[in-house]
Amino acid sequence: MSDTPKKPNKQMEASRRSVLMGGTALAASLFVPKFLRAADYPTAAVNTTGLAVTDDEVTIGILHSITGTMSISETGSVQAEKLAIEQINAQGGILGRKIKYIQEDGASDWPTFAEKAKKLLVNDKVASVMGCWTSASRKAVLPVFEQYNGFLYYPTFYEGLEQSPNVIYTGQEATQQIIAGLNWVAETKGAKSFYLLGSDYIWPRTSNKIARKHIEKLGLKVVGEEYYPLGHTQFNSVINKIRLKKPDVIYAIVVGGSNVAFYKQLKAAGIDMTKEKPLLLTISVTEDEIRGIGGENIVGAYACMKYFQSLDNPNNIAFVEEFKKMWGDEIVIGDVTQAAYLGPWLWKAAVEKAGSFDIDKVRAASPGIELTTAPEGYVKVHENHHLWSKTRVGHAKLDGQYEVVFETAELVEPDPFPKGYQ
Amino acid sequence: MFLNKNRFFSNTDLIGFALLALLIFVMLPVGLDVFRLNLFGKYLTYAFVAIGLVLCWGAGGILSLGQGVFFGLGGYCMAMFLKLEASSPEATKIQSTPGIPDFMDWNQIAEIPFWWQPFHSLTFSLVAVIIIPVIFAFIIGVAMFRRRVGGVYFAIITQAIAAILTILIIGQQGYTGGVNGITDLRTLKGWDIRTDDAKVILYFVNGGLLFACLFIAQIIRKSKLGRILIAMRDQEDRVRFSGYDVANFKIFVFCAGAAFAAVGGAMFTLQVGFMSPSFVGIVPSIEMVIFCAVGGRLSIIGAVYGALLVNLAKTTFSELFPELWLLGLGGLFIAVVLAFPNGLAGIYKDYVEPRIALIFKRKMHIDEDVSKYDPLEAAAD
Repeated sequence: MSDTPKKPNKQMEASRRSVLMGGTALAASLFVPKFLRAADYPTAAVNTTGLAVTDDEVTIGILHSITGTMSISETGSVQAEKLAIEQINAQGGILGRKIKYIQEDGASDWPTFAEKAKKLLVNDKVASVMGCWTSASRKAVLPVFEQYNGFLYYPTFYEGLEQSPNVIYTGQEATQQIIAGLNWVAETKGAKSFYLLGSDYIWPRTSNKIARKHIEKLGLKVVGEEYYPLGHTQFNSVINKIRLKKPDVIYAIVVGGSNVAFYKQLKAAGIDMTKEKPLLLTISVTEDEIRGIGGENIVGAYACMKYFQSLDNPNNIAFVEEFKKMWGDEIVIGDVTQAAYLGPWLWKAAVEKAGSFDIDKVRAASPGIELTTAPEGYVKVHENHHLWSKTRVGHAKLDGQYEVVFETAELVEPDPFPKGYQ
Repeated sequence: MFLNKNRFFSNTDLIGFALLALLIFVMLPVGLDVFRLNLFGKYLTYAFVAIGLVLCWGAGGILSLGQGVFFGLGGYCMAMFLKLEASSPEATKIQSTPGIPDFMDWNQIAEIPFWWQPFHSLTFSLVAVIIIPVIFAFIIGVAMFRRRVGGVYFAIITQAIAAILTILIIGQQGYTGGVNGITDLRTLKGWDIRTDDAKVILYFVNGGLLFACLFIAQIIRKSKLGRILIAMRDQEDRVRFSGYDVANFKIFVFCAGAAFAAVGGAMFTLQVGFMSPSFVGIVPSIEMVIFCAVGGRLSIIGAVYGALLVNLAKTTFSELFPELWLLGLGGLFIAVVLAFPNGLAGIYKDYVEPRIALIFKRKMHIDEDVSKYDPLEAAAD
């Protein structure tokens, strides 16, 4: 292989961007040796199934809601994916090909997701899709991806009970997110009783089912469990019940706009979360949601997920800096945004390992892919298409950021069909 | 004769039907690939609802903002049958209870509830697709129209019903699939509905049913019943004093609209492969009224074009301008309603029809019959 770059300008730009991006030599040393030239991978050989791959470009899809109620949550994912694509392109792309993306709007509407997914796969022949956020949108596109053999990178923490050959789940499945957090609150805070509540759809319900089973396994008690429709804004009755039952922990999986009402009303009812009586533990409030809720309304609460913007490691510091450079200083980065950022990188690694864009080969190459450059730290793709990742507990501060107070020592194994929790 | 030309179909009506048939059965299938054709099939399912709305709203003056309820009920009946077929013990062996729909398993339901059982039968399901929404519409109709609830109050109540049904479906997720809906439908009596061939066949079935509904709607409109509806819309009390039972006519036309919507819902499920509460609620119901308004609420053919045009605009705008498309679509609605209050059909009637009529006059100059006066259009306000 010749070392002389074909396009010296691009090469220079690539190294400049790498230095910028990494902020350290780390990133540069990791990525530059992987600079591959398209000439070494003829299109006919790397694309045998008619995907949108040319001699210098490969097309992928981005499918999120950028209008409608979910757009607040999904915009971060779109931004992260675009950042990752730009960084990959700056380093020479994948197998010497630049990534081009076609963005489609799911419009917070599940059938639209299905329609757009089909369009991306059938019409545009994209080589992979970064997309979806809610479980409902994933369930709507899943048959499409399986029928047309597409490949989806799905970023959200979700309920599990699924393992599609056509999806890589870059967020945590429910047991990864829940069990470590409950163990932590039981051990370090001595919690004995829990009040479970959530929005009324499959993710909170399945998560609370797993939480309840685990709480009972630990020999502790669930004193209440309640659900409210999405968009619900009157939480006074449940707050009264909480005051009556006096649980040690409120375990809250309230989603979307309801969060604003819930935390404001908790505060108004005199429940000061900084006193931790009761303590509030959530798995649904990332830094993104806090922007809506307001730091002063949620200060003192704990959140259990795999990533917080405040994580102190070189990967993350560089990631946050690059993200803000691209999208503005005001931006905050939540768990899902980081998981979305992993999608293009994991796909790049899988394609390079397979030496092909063919979906069957990428799928076969995916298990075992490692990413040492992930902002959350080292991650690895499991046989079951989920990620091994650490689980962390953050303590909400007044400025809307979390302070990481606990982190599992080892990577937590993903277990989408947990025995004994179903 | 039954289909007396003069009575049910004027020349311009016939031309309208023929042009639409040409578009749906020839031009679209020839000009589009299967993916786009399937999209048009989906748009056409909304046309069923729009035709029903022309009858209820344009002719009968009953504005229902809850047609999504009937669309959804029809769609859910179909989806329940398909889901049961897709949930064979072999296909679902990964679940803790194989042989039941996946969402029931996720919600710790261990056996199929009794009211799901009849949906194992295709015949029952097909009958249910129409009968259940019609019974529901009948109950609403009797409760409302017998008490002389009408106008804005009726619109608000239908909207409330749409909201209630959505909440019910979402809340009972163990039995209905909740927000996710009933997804991953595969086969109809062993026939894979996801293949390209199946999509084409379903498209034509859909087109055929649409024309059946169009004919029924045309006959209702042009029959004595249709004229009474218009009389009711314009002067309800006079019709009542003339000895007609106004409520019965309203109930009938409301049920007919519900039946059309239900057929559309069932065809939607078949062509799209899933059903979810997002078609039942207030927003989709209002969208359906918009299809009808853009097409022209006085014309059944116009309603079909309205449904096609709005949905096509939705798809095209959102593909071209993913970040701004909603603004463009909103602008289109405002422009159409401001400039052409009678929608596409109004444009056709004002600008195209006179020219066509001119041609016919030259050919057969004695065609100056009474049916020239069409109260449907004449009464347009």
